Amino acid sequence: MAKPKRILAIASGGGHFVQLLRLRPAWAGHDVSYATVHADMAAEVAPARLMTFRDVSRADWWRLPLTLFDIAIILLRVRPQVIVTTGALPPLLALALVKPFGVRTLWVDSIANSEVLSGSGGHAGKVASQVVTQWPHLAQPGVDCWGSVL
Amino acid sequence: MPFDRLVQAMDEWAAANPTVPVEIQIGRGAYEPRHAKWLRLMPVAEYRARVEGARLFVAHAGMGSIIAAIEAGKPLLMLPRLQAMGEHNTDHQLATAVNVGNRPGLHVAGDADDLKMRASALLADTGTPPAPIERFADPAFTARIRAFIES
Repeated sequence: MAKPKRILAIASGGGHFVQLLRLRPAWAGHDVSYATVHADMAAEVAPARLMTFRDVSRADWWRLPLTLFDIAIILLRVRPQVIVTTGALPPLLALALVKPFGVRTLWVDSIANSEVLSGSGGHAGKVASQVVTQWPHLAQPGVDCWGSVL
Repeated sequence: MPFDRLVQAMDEWAAANPTVPVEIQIGRGAYEPRHAKWLRLMPVAEYRARVEGARLFVAHAGMGSIIAAIEAGKPLLMLPRLQAMGEHNTDHQLATAVNVGNRPGLHVAGDADDLKMRASALLADTGTPPAPIERFADPAFTARIRAFIES
């Protein structure tokens, strides 16, 4: 295997994080840290470490500074070489923050977005190294389909 | 986000079916069930055990619920959240219901009354459970992500 890399696997709560967990073989053997909104997910990913951030969405946009602060702390602690995310808005902030530093970033748009890319996924093209959809019919220039979590 | 329409419908169903134990996780909902047992949020390990132990799992059309049902091999009855009713930011759960909900063992209700009817029907005959799946995504998919990570 290649030299282990520092990886941040990050996703919001609920279905986003459940999808991320189904991708775990992709980074087996690397030095992975997880980040999500619910601390009790730590048992799921142990012995890997899990950090939490305060959630935000378009519906409660005023929480954005809190989330931004938490995400910045997580990035400083992990200093990732690669970030993989299955959404949503908070991980998009992480991708935007590391863009100037040459971190490789992968946005896997949620399988829940089966007719159009997610709101955040639509913006992810501007900040992510690579955007993939889980639906072949949503593939387009700049957005590949590599498969799905199901 | 709250989903009072689902909580209230299943609470009414519980009132009409007092011999069937019903427990509802209501999140930040305003409607507090009067007939079913309820709680705000259970730890994820307990959630998984409940899905495995249930005869029927009723939820919104969210991927977390869908994947939990498929992994546990339990029939899932779902009611999509609607943007117009303030239940989500978009109507993507309607698309999920169409594009993912067509798998065996997954059932979609059109509205609260349909949900109650289908809950009764599915308890009488659960039909085919979801086909069991591996714990992880298709190896071809994770291999492409690994290649991205290591390049």
